[in-house]
Amino acid sequence: MNWIRLHSWWIILIGILLVFPLFSPSLFYINNATEILINALFGVSLNLLVGYTGLLSLGHCAFFGVGSYATGLLLREASSSIPAALFGGVLLSGIVALVMGYFCTRLTKFYFAFLTLAFSQIIYIVVVRWVSLTGGDQGLIGGIPKPPIHFAGLVIDISSRLNFYYLTVLLVCGSFILCKIIVDSPFGWVLRSIRENQLRAQFIGVGIRKYQISIFIVAGIFGALSGGLTALNINGCYAEHAYWLKGADPIFMILIGGMKTFAGPIVGAAVLVCLNTFIAAYTRFSGLFLGAILIFLVAFARMGIVDFLVLHKRKLWESYYGGGK
Amino acid sequence: MNISALYDCITSISAITSQLTTSIVIAMILFLVASGLSLIFGVLGIGNFAHGSLYMIGAYLTYTVVSTFGSFWLALILAPIGAGLLGIVVERFLIKRIYDAPHLYQFLLTFGLLLVLDDLVRAIWGFTFKSVPTPKIFQRPPIFFLGSPIPFYYVFIILTGGIIALGLWFTLSRTKVGKIINAAASDPEMIEALGINVRLVYTLVFTIGAMLAGFAGFLASPIRSATPGMGFSIILESFIVMVIGGVGSIGGALIASFLVGLLRSFGTIGFPDFELGFVFFLVIVVLIIRPWGIFGHPLE
Repeated sequence: MNWIRLHSWWIILIGILLVFPLFSPSLFYINNATEILINALFGVSLNLLVGYTGLLSLGHCAFFGVGSYATGLLLREASSSIPAALFGGVLLSGIVALVMGYFCTRLTKFYFAFLTLAFSQIIYIVVVRWVSLTGGDQGLIGGIPKPPIHFAGLVIDISSRLNFYYLTVLLVCGSFILCKIIVDSPFGWVLRSIRENQLRAQFIGVGIRKYQISIFIVAGIFGALSGGLTALNINGCYAEHAYWLKGADPIFMILIGGMKTFAGPIVGAAVLVCLNTFIAAYTRFSGLFLGAILIFLVAFARMGIVDFLVLHKRKLWESYYGGGK
Repeated sequence: MNISALYDCITSISAITSQLTTSIVIAMILFLVASGLSLIFGVLGIGNFAHGSLYMIGAYLTYTVVSTFGSFWLALILAPIGAGLLGIVVERFLIKRIYDAPHLYQFLLTFGLLLVLDDLVRAIWGFTFKSVPTPKIFQRPPIFFLGSPIPFYYVFIILTGGIIALGLWFTLSRTKVGKIINAAASDPEMIEALGINVRLVYTLVFTIGAMLAGFAGFLASPIRSATPGMGFSIILESFIVMVIGGVGSIGGALIASFLVGLLRSFGTIGFPDFELGFVFFLVIVVLIIRPWGIFGHPLE
């Protein structure tokens, strides 16, 4: 019973996600929910760095782009199965994250952020200029084949929006659970100690860089999964997936939703996707509204939605934080 | 890749001269933006992602002044002043709130500002690009230097850029204001104790940076049209210049601008479309080997 009470929010969320399509009046909402979930995974993966380890990475788009293109290209050029393609993207991104993490964690603060940005833009330029493979600026024209998934004797056709929604729920919620297990493990608590005070963490014998590189790889892996799902969702890969503006998206989600809670970026992603959908429907000046919201949040609130709610529910806060703060 | 074109270029004096001129022009405009960025980061500790937008504002103000009053020289005064005023407003109302904030918030606020300014420009001046004609006085036959034609306006850019670089260096290293700015960069509490208003110094530095960016926009407007995305395209390069040159170092920013200019103009010939890749590669190498930049000083 205790287990259920502790995870009640998660059980409710997954329950809602599973039955939601039954009540959804049209595909529009299912598509939106799919997009929110995929983006939420992108935000949560970056929050492993920003919120839990105190590393501001501006180059998270690198993993999104690698995941997206590797998945798309594996399906198109190697005609592999969807799970294999997603896995390929994740694997490649993990390797990229290892290299990036190794070099970037030698630096701190602004320099760390800028080096991640520089690495990600090398990937962007390769994507844009390797026209014969990636299609350059145009992206992968003509879409991505989506062979049905064979699983336990079942044949699941992913080109159906509903089936793809359930695949997304499965993968994204699975990733959330994995991430949650990671941040609540002793490893996760070491990350928090690095965030709070690097010097102290070093004094008690934490090999900081080893932990930073490890979480960088984990974040890169989940970021790539989000990218791969996006490629399947929008049926294409575009150079913008690796552009640094894409890397700013999860930072917005973290700001809007809050970085001190696991659920923050998820709520942030929901708000951001809805904002983008509605703003784009009414005005051409979407940047004006988004920018004004960002400025307002930073200048006057500096706290995400979920953080705010949780702060005002002291008890819950303490269960997340184990007292203090 | 086009190695033979690169070979043809570097074996012909006139081709080298013309590429060198292009790279110096790129470098001068980049330097004006990046030196302000570097100064602001060095003194205020803010990595200002909206700095490129001030460059954009400078270019658009030039367009408006030239098309309403028909005077290029009036724009020379009004564009930097307009950008400077905007800088004062931004610093006094927004930037001051994030001096002690984590880098995440600094990034988000200045990035939000960039989005807002970009769309404001679209709302005011429209979605299409605006071009500023080269002023009459520069519409004369190009100068021939070592067998290659150099447009007269390029000479103007190189000269004014050089004068500003010298003036900036002189102000920062030889005058009292410069000494106060340097002191504010290294120990703001101490100079506050000496009776200097640090808040005012911060505003001054931010305004100088904004005016430099506005002036760069003015200089660039006849050779690059004013477009809403121009702030985006120059800001990353400016950060690169700042990092390579070393934060707060004017000489470093100048040398780094030349490096970037050279890489871009010669890179375009040898490896068309991959020239920016070289620039990013350069900054990665610098950050790995010498994170404080070529002319900066290590923190510890």
